[in-house]
Amino acid sequence: MPIQEGTYGLLAEFDTPSELVRAAQSAYDSGYRRMDCYTPYPVEEAAAAIGFHRDNVSLLCLLGGLLGLVAMFSLETWISVWAYPLNIAGRPYYSWPAFVVPAYEWTILFAGLSAAFGMLALNGLPQVYHPLFNSVNFRNGATSDKFFLCLESTDPKFDVAESRVFLEGFKPVSVVEVEY
Amino acid sequence: MATKNQPLNDPMLDPITGEDRVIAPGHTFKSVTEKISRIVLTSHTPIGWFGGLLLAGGGVSMLLVAVSWLFLKGVGIWAITQPVAWGFAIINFVWWIGIGHAGTLISAILLLFKQSWRNSINRFAEAMTIFAVVCAGMFPLIHVGRPWLGYWLFPYPNSMNVWPQFRSPLLWDVFAVSTYATISVVFWYIGLIPDLGTLRDRSQSKIAQFAYGWLALGWRGSVRHWVRYETASLLLAGLATPLVLSVHTVISFDFAVALLPGWHTTIFPPYFVAGAVYSGFAMVITLAVPIRKFYHLEDVITIRHIENMGKVMLTTGLIVAYGYAMEVFMSYWYSASHWEYFMMWNRMFGPMGWSYWVLVTCNIALPQLMWFRAFRRNVPLMFIMSFIINTGMWFERFVIVVTSLYRDYLPSSWGTYRATRWDYATFAGTLGLFTFLFFLFVRFLPMIPMSELRILLPQAKIHAEGEPLPEAGD
Repeated sequence: MPIQEGTYGLLAEFDTPSELVRAAQSAYDSGYRRMDCYTPYPVEEAAAAIGFHRDNVSLLCLLGGLLGLVAMFSLETWISVWAYPLNIAGRPYYSWPAFVVPAYEWTILFAGLSAAFGMLALNGLPQVYHPLFNSVNFRNGATSDKFFLCLESTDPKFDVAESRVFLEGFKPVSVVEVEY
Repeated sequence: MATKNQPLNDPMLDPITGEDRVIAPGHTFKSVTEKISRIVLTSHTPIGWFGGLLLAGGGVSMLLVAVSWLFLKGVGIWAITQPVAWGFAIINFVWWIGIGHAGTLISAILLLFKQSWRNSINRFAEAMTIFAVVCAGMFPLIHVGRPWLGYWLFPYPNSMNVWPQFRSPLLWDVFAVSTYATISVVFWYIGLIPDLGTLRDRSQSKIAQFAYGWLALGWRGSVRHWVRYETASLLLAGLATPLVLSVHTVISFDFAVALLPGWHTTIFPPYFVAGAVYSGFAMVITLAVPIRKFYHLEDVITIRHIENMGKVMLTTGLIVAYGYAMEVFMSYWYSASHWEYFMMWNRMFGPMGWSYWVLVTCNIALPQLMWFRAFRRNVPLMFIMSFIINTGMWFERFVIVVTSLYRDYLPSSWGTYRATRWDYATFAGTLGLFTFLFFLFVRFLPMIPMSELRILLPQAKIHAEGEPLPEAGD
C-alpha cells in the first residue's frame, strides 16, 4: 500500500442517531458519495441514507454451502463405492440416504464459514491501521456512544473549507479534519 | 398510562405494554457501555472470582488426573463392560451437548423470531454452548480406547489405505459435533467483534489494548460493515438453527438406529432435541442467577428473562413428557413385542427402576410448578428448579443407556452397572472444567453484548420529525 499523506476526510460527531441519519441523507442528496457513517450499533437507516443497500454476503454463503454439499457427498460416494468399498450388513455401496447426514453438516459448515469470513473479507478486515483512529473523539466514541459522519477527501465534491461549512450546518458536536 | 392492572409507577414495567422491561429505564449508550465494559476492564478483580476459579481449578486437576490414569490403564478403569458397554461416557456426552443447545437456540432461533429480550443473555449462553461442547466432545474421544488414533475418524488419505465408514451414525456424529463446535465458535466470535472494539477503545492498559485490538480485527463501526455484519449474523443464525436440530437428531440416531429395545424408536430425534433445549435453558438459569447477583446486572438480566426462560422450559418439558409417554405407549402396547414390553417393565420396576422415577420426578412432576407465575418470577426457586431439571436430564440419559442395555434378550447374559470412582471423577472433572472456562470468560470478555443492548434503548429509535432538515435539501 502506498503511503498516503494529507487529509483523509472531515469527521462530524453527533450525539444521536437521528441527527446522523439526517446529516448523511442531506450529504448524499447534495452529491457526496465517498463517505461513511460510524455507529456503535447497527443503524440501518444510516446505511440506507448513504446509498448502501446491497451486500454480497448471502451470495458467498450460498456458494459456500453448495461447495460443502457437493464436496462431502462426492467424497462419501468416492470412498464408499471406489476407494474403500465395504459390505456393511448387505447395504449397497452407494447408500445415498446415509450420505445425506455428513453432506448436510458440511453444507452448513461451509456456508457458515463463508458467511463469516466472507463478511470480514468484504469489510476489509482485519485491518490494523485506519486513519480515523488518529482522531481522539473517534477513538473515544465510535464504539461506545457517539455517531460519526465522515466525508472522504477522495470524493470529487470534497473541499476542506466548503465541506466543513456544509457539515457544520447540521450542528454537530464537532467537525475534525482527519489526517492519513 | 398503564393499560393493564399493574401498579403504577413501577420502573421495571413498560408503561405502554404493561410488560416487564427487558432493560431497566434510565440507561444510555454510555451507561450500558460503562457498566458492561467495566466488569472486564477493571484492574480490581473481585476476590470471589479467585475463589471460584480456584475451586473450579480443583475440578480441572481432578479431570487431568482421571484422564491421565485412563490413558495409562485403559477404559477398564470405568464400569463399562458387557452388557453395559456404554456407560458414563455416553451419558455425559449427550448431557453436555444437550446443555449446549440452549445457547444456540437463544442466539439463533430467538434472533430469527426477533425476540429482542434475548439480547442480554445470548453472549453467555453462546459461551455456555462452546464450553459444554468442549466437555461433551472429550467423552467420545477418551472413550474410544486409543484416543491418540482419534483422527482416524476423519477422511484423509493415509498410507494404510483405509477410509471411514459413512453408514454408521457414530461417524455422522463426528461431522455433526465438529461442525457444531466450529459454527458455534465462529458465531460467538463474530458476535464479539464489535464489543472487542469497544474494549480496545476503552482499555487503559497497553496489554489489554494490544490484545483486544488484535482480536477486534480493526473494527470501527462503519455502517457498511454493520450491514454486512448483520447479514452474516442473520445467515449464521439461520444456519445454526437447522444445525442444532440436526446435531441432537444425529446423536439420537446413535441409539435409534440400533436394533435394541429401548433404543430403536422413531420418537427419539424430536424428544432428544426438546430435552436438549430443556436442559440447556436450565443451565442458562443456573449461570444467569449468580452472575446477575454477583455483578449487579439485575437491570439487564431482568425478571422478564427468568420468566421467559421458565416458559420455554415448561414447554420443552411437556414435549419431553410426551416423548416419555409415547415410549411407554409404544413398548407396552403398540409394539406388541415381548422384548419391548419387558424392557419397559424392567426400566420402571427392575433393580434400577429408581432411576426412572428420579427422572419422572425431576423432569415431569416438579417442573409443573412453573405453570404458576409467582413461581416463574421467584429467582431462588427458579435457580433450584434449574438444578432439578438438569439432574433429571442426566438421569434421562442414564435410563436410556443403562436400563436398555443391562438386561437384554438372554437372562444368562444379564448384568448390572455400577459406576466406579473414575467415572464420577471424570464427570465431576468436566463440571469443573466448564466452570473454570466460564470464570475466565466472565473476567476477560464482555458477557453481555453491548452493541446489541444499545439497540434495545429508546434512544436508538430514529426520529424522523427533524425540525431543521425535514426531508433533506435536494
